[in-house]
Amino acid sequence: MKLFEIVTEPINTNELIQKVEKREAGAITTFIGTVREFTNGKRTVYLEYQAYVPMAEKMLAQIGEEITSKWENAIVAITHRIGSLDIGEAAVVIAVSSPHRKAAYEANEYAIERIKQIVPIWKKEIWEDGQEWIGDQLEKTSYQNGLPKMEKE
Amino acid sequence: MITVLLFAQLQEQLQKDKLPLEMDRISVRELKEYLKEEFGLVRVTEAMVAINEAYALEDDEIKSGDIVAIIPPVSGG
Repeated sequence: MKLFEIVTEPINTNELIQKVEKREAGAITTFIGTVREFTNGKRTVYLEYQAYVPMAEKMLAQIGEEITSKWENAIVAITHRIGSLDIGEAAVVIAVSSPHRKAAYEANEYAIERIKQIVPIWKKEIWEDGQEWIGDQLEKTSYQNGLPKMEKE
Repeated sequence: MITVLLFAQLQEQLQKDKLPLEMDRISVRELKEYLKEEFGLVRVTEAMVAINEAYALEDDEIKSGDIVAIIPPVSGG
C-alpha cells in the first residue's frame, strides 16, 4: 500500500480513506482538490498536469513526515493525479486520520499548503484561445534565493 | 556527463525533456547561467534546481553522473 503516489488514472477517494483508517482514529478528514472552470474570470477548458514523478512522491512522503512530527498520531495519505483533467475532476486527494478532529483538519490543510510549495508538479490551463503553464500560485515564494520555504507561515 | 531534466514551460520551449551536457564540477549558479546563455532559457533564474531528486542551493556542486532537474515555480494541488 502506497501512502504517497502520483497516478494517471482517476483517484478513488474511498481507497485513501481506507489507507488511513485505524482503531485509534476518532476522525478522518479528506480534501479533494478539483479542476475549476473559471480562474480570474477566464474559462478553462481542461487542465494538463505534469510531475517529476520520483521526486514528487518523495516530497509527498516528506510532507507526511512533517505532519507526523507536528501531529503525533496523525496518519496521512496523498494521491495526486497527472495528465489531462476535465472540469470537476479530482486532481489531488488528501486523507488524514487522527484520534481527535482538530489535528485531522489542521494536518490536512497543512498538507495542501506544502504541496503548493515543495512538490514538483505543474499545471497548464488550456483555454479556448490559448494556454499557459501556471506558476507560484502562492505568489510569496522566492525561488531565486535558496530553497522553497520549508515551514508553514 | 550531467543529465538536465526540463519540465513545464522550459520543456516546451526547447521541445525536449532532457539535455545531456558534457560537464563536471559546476555550481548550480553556473549551470543556470549556461542554460540561459546557451539555450535561451531566461526563466531558469526563477527556477529551483534539484540534484538527484533533492533541492539544491545556488552554490551546490553538480558532478558528472548527476541528474539535475530544473524546477520552475510549482503549481500542484
